[in-house]
Amino acid sequence: MGGLSGGMRDSVLFTTADSVISWGRRSALWPETFGIACCAIEMISAGCARYDLDRFGVVFRPSPRQSDVMIIAGTVTRKFAPIVRRLYDQMPEPRWTIAMGTCAISGGVYNTYAVVQGSETFVPVDVHVPGCPPRPEALMHGFLLLQEKIKRSRALAGTPLERAATRVAG
Amino acid sequence: MAQPPYLALIAERFGAAVEDRGFGHGVQAFAAPPELIVDLCRFLKEHPDLRFNFLSDIAGVDTHPATPRYEAVYHLYSLPNKWRVRIKCRLGDPPHIPSVTGVWRTANWHEREAWDMYGIVFDGHPDLRRIYMWEGFEGFPQRKDFPLRGYKDELNPFGAEGPPPTKPDLATRNIP
Repeated sequence: MGGLSGGMRDSVLFTTADSVISWGRRSALWPETFGIACCAIEMISAGCARYDLDRFGVVFRPSPRQSDVMIIAGTVTRKFAPIVRRLYDQMPEPRWTIAMGTCAISGGVYNTYAVVQGSETFVPVDVHVPGCPPRPEALMHGFLLLQEKIKRSRALAGTPLERAATRVAG
Repeated sequence: MAQPPYLALIAERFGAAVEDRGFGHGVQAFAAPPELIVDLCRFLKEHPDLRFNFLSDIAGVDTHPATPRYEAVYHLYSLPNKWRVRIKCRLGDPPHIPSVTGVWRTANWHEREAWDMYGIVFDGHPDLRRIYMWEGFEGFPQRKDFPLRGYKDELNPFGAEGPPPTKPDLATRNIP
């Protein structure tokens, strides 16, 4: 790969396409509609009129097939962890995960035989929102962080388009 | 307030087999041998002056290292009379006690809970399966010899050393 290929990847076409795609992705983050424990109450509150997640383009969807984001809002028990994993696997890529609340991050106070000690042990997590439970503002901040992460990631990295551009340049 | 009649009625029916453990916090406690539990419960439920028609809870107790090690505690409530009664049965190891599902249908799930957490076998229960933990889970988590944090695996890196727990099976089956 020569010096030219980097120039090709960072060309006007690619940076413009990247920014358009990531703008589209981060402006319509559709989470799955499910909550596990008390954090879900704050998540519902964040989605309702007072905090209104809709204005960020965050609209709850009833099916994982239509979703981009999974909010793990609550204590994940060992019995429930495979079901959460299945919901993650059912989302089409690109997909992101927000671990909401202390229980989803680390198991929290439930350091017992029945509770998974952190969602990181069974799904990849992009944003951790601490709190017990986090206020709706904290969840909104988590979504803004996720948008920032998507903004800075290269949407075309690893795609056939990028590989073709590398071949042409190389 | 007049003395509730259950003390005299129980003494008349069961004699010294059912022991009076005193009254506290609005609850009258008794100790009974496990083989009498069905007769005692049926008597308390069906006697026209008592009518303990609501089984609030069945609790398991592990008194390790005391012997007999286990205990089943029944909490009864009389909706018409507003009386509460607690019956305690000491059980050996392995713990066995006749099921009271024939007296109150709600005992079904209470007994499954006590089985799941303490391993108390309720003889005659129609469907004695785990209710909180998944099918295939090994051990009884509320027993004192079960580690509080469970056994170590990738979902629980802080658990005790020991055999790693089984995983829940997601296959859907015909559940009765």
